[in-house]
Amino acid sequence: MSVTITLTVNGKSVTASVDPRTLLVEFLRNELSLTGTHVGCDTGQCGACTVHLDGRAVKSCTMLAAQANGAEVTTIEAVARDGELHPMQAAFRDCHALQCGFCTPGMVMAALDLVAANPSPDEKAVREGLDGNLCRCTGYHNIVKAVQQGAAAMRKGG
Amino acid sequence: MGASDTNVMGKSVRRKEDYRFLTGAGQYTDDVNPDRHTHAYFLRSPHAHARIRGIDTSRAKAAPGVVAVCTSADLEGVNGLPCGWLITGTDGKPMNEPPHPVLAKGKVRHVGDPVAMVVAETPNQAKDASELIDVDYEVLPAVVNCVDALKRGAPQIHDEAPGNKCYTWALGDKAAVDAAFAKAAHVSKLDIVNNRLIPNAIEPRAAVASYDRAADGYTLYVASQNPHVERLLMTAFVLGLPEHKVRVIAPDVGGGFGSKIYLYAEETAMVWASKRVGRPIKWTAERSESFVSDAHGRDHVTRAELAMDKDGRFLAMRVHTTANMGAYLSTFASCIPTILYATLLAGQYTTPAIYCEVTAAFTNTVPVDAYRGAGRPEATYVVERLVHQAGVDMKLPQDEIRRRNFIRSFPHQTPVALTYDTGGYDACLDEAMRLADVKGFAARKAEAAKRGKLRGIGYSSYIEACGLAPSNIAGALGARAGLFEAGEVRVHPTGSVTVFTGSHSHGQGHETTFAQVVASRLGIPVENVDVVHGDTGRVPFGMGTYGSRSLAVGGTAIVKALDKIVAKGRKIAAHLLEAAESDIEFADGKFTVSGTDRSKTFGEVALTAYVPHNYPLDKLEPGLNETAFYDPTNFTFPAGTHVCEVEVDPDTGVVEVVAFSACDDFGNIVNPMIVEGQVHGGLTQGLGQALLENCVYDAESGQLLSGTYMDYAMPRADDVPSFNVGTKVTPCTHNPLGAKGCGEAGAIGAPAAMMNAVHDALAAVGVTYIDMPASPHRVWRAIQAARA
Repeated sequence: MSVTITLTVNGKSVTASVDPRTLLVEFLRNELSLTGTHVGCDTGQCGACTVHLDGRAVKSCTMLAAQANGAEVTTIEAVARDGELHPMQAAFRDCHALQCGFCTPGMVMAALDLVAANPSPDEKAVREGLDGNLCRCTGYHNIVKAVQQGAAAMRKGG
Repeated sequence: MGASDTNVMGKSVRRKEDYRFLTGAGQYTDDVNPDRHTHAYFLRSPHAHARIRGIDTSRAKAAPGVVAVCTSADLEGVNGLPCGWLITGTDGKPMNEPPHPVLAKGKVRHVGDPVAMVVAETPNQAKDASELIDVDYEVLPAVVNCVDALKRGAPQIHDEAPGNKCYTWALGDKAAVDAAFAKAAHVSKLDIVNNRLIPNAIEPRAAVASYDRAADGYTLYVASQNPHVERLLMTAFVLGLPEHKVRVIAPDVGGGFGSKIYLYAEETAMVWASKRVGRPIKWTAERSESFVSDAHGRDHVTRAELAMDKDGRFLAMRVHTTANMGAYLSTFASCIPTILYATLLAGQYTTPAIYCEVTAAFTNTVPVDAYRGAGRPEATYVVERLVHQAGVDMKLPQDEIRRRNFIRSFPHQTPVALTYDTGGYDACLDEAMRLADVKGFAARKAEAAKRGKLRGIGYSSYIEACGLAPSNIAGALGARAGLFEAGEVRVHPTGSVTVFTGSHSHGQGHETTFAQVVASRLGIPVENVDVVHGDTGRVPFGMGTYGSRSLAVGGTAIVKALDKIVAKGRKIAAHLLEAAESDIEFADGKFTVSGTDRSKTFGEVALTAYVPHNYPLDKLEPGLNETAFYDPTNFTFPAGTHVCEVEVDPDTGVVEVVAFSACDDFGNIVNPMIVEGQVHGGLTQGLGQALLENCVYDAESGQLLSGTYMDYAMPRADDVPSFNVGTKVTPCTHNPLGAKGCGEAGAIGAPAAMMNAVHDALAAVGVTYIDMPASPHRVWRAIQAARA
């Protein structure tokens, strides 16, 4: 048994026939080879799989691909434009907000969502806003700095 | 700071690896998808301890999409997983070393012990089929606590380890220690539990194994910290394959923290099966699987005593520790609570006599091995909790009791086998106290009290032995391998460079730090240097990354290879410039005839080496490619002081870390930005241990109770503060970079600093002792008990 879904991923329309139990993250990684979205747990706790669905951050391991039918999905692969890092990505690099890089795509997607809702977050707001994303390497110190620096750059339209 | 600069030592060059990670272009093992690959799923034991009466795989083999099912009965000729370190006990006998089968044989010994491997077309088909395997278990009583395991009548886990004992081992002069205790003015004592932890790199373990008929060789992609060690152990000790027929690639690896050092059962079974299946096999652990199959860390039970004279000067220390090995000996398990633990019990102090006795026990739990710091956090926790207690007992300020006992003359021979080459402990303590604004603490405490909160401040002056390790010393202590490192520097005809290192980066930023070392030594831009690691097919050899050894040992191997490159370049330049070799100086990327302006650039010399039209072919081979192996002469000794300030809510038991300051001495620093990042991450793991993390097994059933992120509390962004970090430098005296290593310091120093702060805060309400983690429930109960 399979279901047919049509959705927009990174600006391109995709139609596919999938096993109904296929998770959105499995669809992105295995069917579309968008391997920038990672899987770090099986309980929706780590946030490594965070993508944007219709403009909001979601954990793509906690929803079925079928549930994304008709939706618009953005993954980390579409954040940089023409080889130029997005200001949030540039801030992560400048602040050394990543080490092993595994949580990074989810962290950037969560940070963009956070800043969309609160363009000028203080440290507390950033720490609370990233509560759903685990990083085992950085101790969060530089991630917090990066999100604030990225937010400032986005405010300037950088 | 631009990357095209060549004057890059000590500069915070932004990382070369970041672009790919930030754009989703990283290539982790689970991103590797060879054509026609199959998927493995491991059926694991649901019981902590059981006899296997029989396994029926027939229904699974007939299930849709199944390619193969194997159990231990199929693994003919496959040996058990080896332990790399032989510990000799106080009885003069080698440790008890029971077999560690790749798939459970006859018995299962912990929840998660792999029993069968199913290979199928899809992950779901493999998983579904595993449910059709009938395993007839006779459930046996289990024991999970290491002290209980050694008691008479405890369930016997291995026939080869009577009483569940692996070894009892000791270090130090017991008679001298007993004599010092007999004349001591005061003895401080503590009974300490170092809580069991689960490493939890965010990338789960993963592997892709394939066999190539044309080459008659195997390729294994695996999330590993040391691919050469993985290959050596797997081929020579377990599978009996020719080492040169197996290529192990550890591509981008999403964190390790020790848990990806070891040779594990899963990838071993997959390599074995890949030839039989005739197709690539892929496996990625689910997080629930990681919890019951990645090696755990810590898990010590210790009684520690410190003898002092009337002025609080340390006379002797006596430590008895029971360490949990888990169900089997993991790759380095045996050396963690011995060689990497007891040797660090001198800390930063002149304590003249130390005796430590360690008994290691088998239990029905996941194997325990190195986790960030590996033995040294456990030692630091014992020493620094005990020193805090001594300060309380002797009514001395916490900085004063430390200063009274600091080592100030180097080299310093400790009574526990190490020789510290250099250090400056007062400087780090002073700076950490300045960063922490200790002077303002009394006012902050008073202000908190007005709000009904308890403030406390705690210190931890840690030391670690890093740069593992001088092979001859390690060998004398039982290491079954050398612990050197290899580096190859390949200069290309146009003067750009590829460096091959046996160290492995899984977040540490070697591609940048090592490129800085090369760029500055050769006088070329950082962007002209690429660093290759994690591939036995490309890198000559390597012992990998752990024990904060990459720069001190791996970096030094590269420096030695660079020295050979420069020496050969000097000969080529002398020929081109028609000068004596002894007159050629090399600086800023140019070979110059001394005292003249006649010179050749590094690029010109490189081109000449590969296009030798005008070349001393009678004296010199063409080409510019050098390899070096470096074996350190001593350990390195990073050290520092961490100061933690906490606020406890006595009504709820919630502990908030309000400030954390660290001053560390890592020797010379190549990239301060990367070093600070390592400290932040280590501190958070240390605070995780002290504040949140706890691996809990049910004592009766042996089930892992903290088996998901909903039960095992990982530190999140809102659990920790921003950190104040600083450094002081005493360069390491025995490697050319003067580097000591920085990767583990945070995790080593932080737990004691935080718990000392918690004890300082809780002293006001009469609580005298609490174990990690200082969870709200535990703190609240301790306060209630003290008030009762």
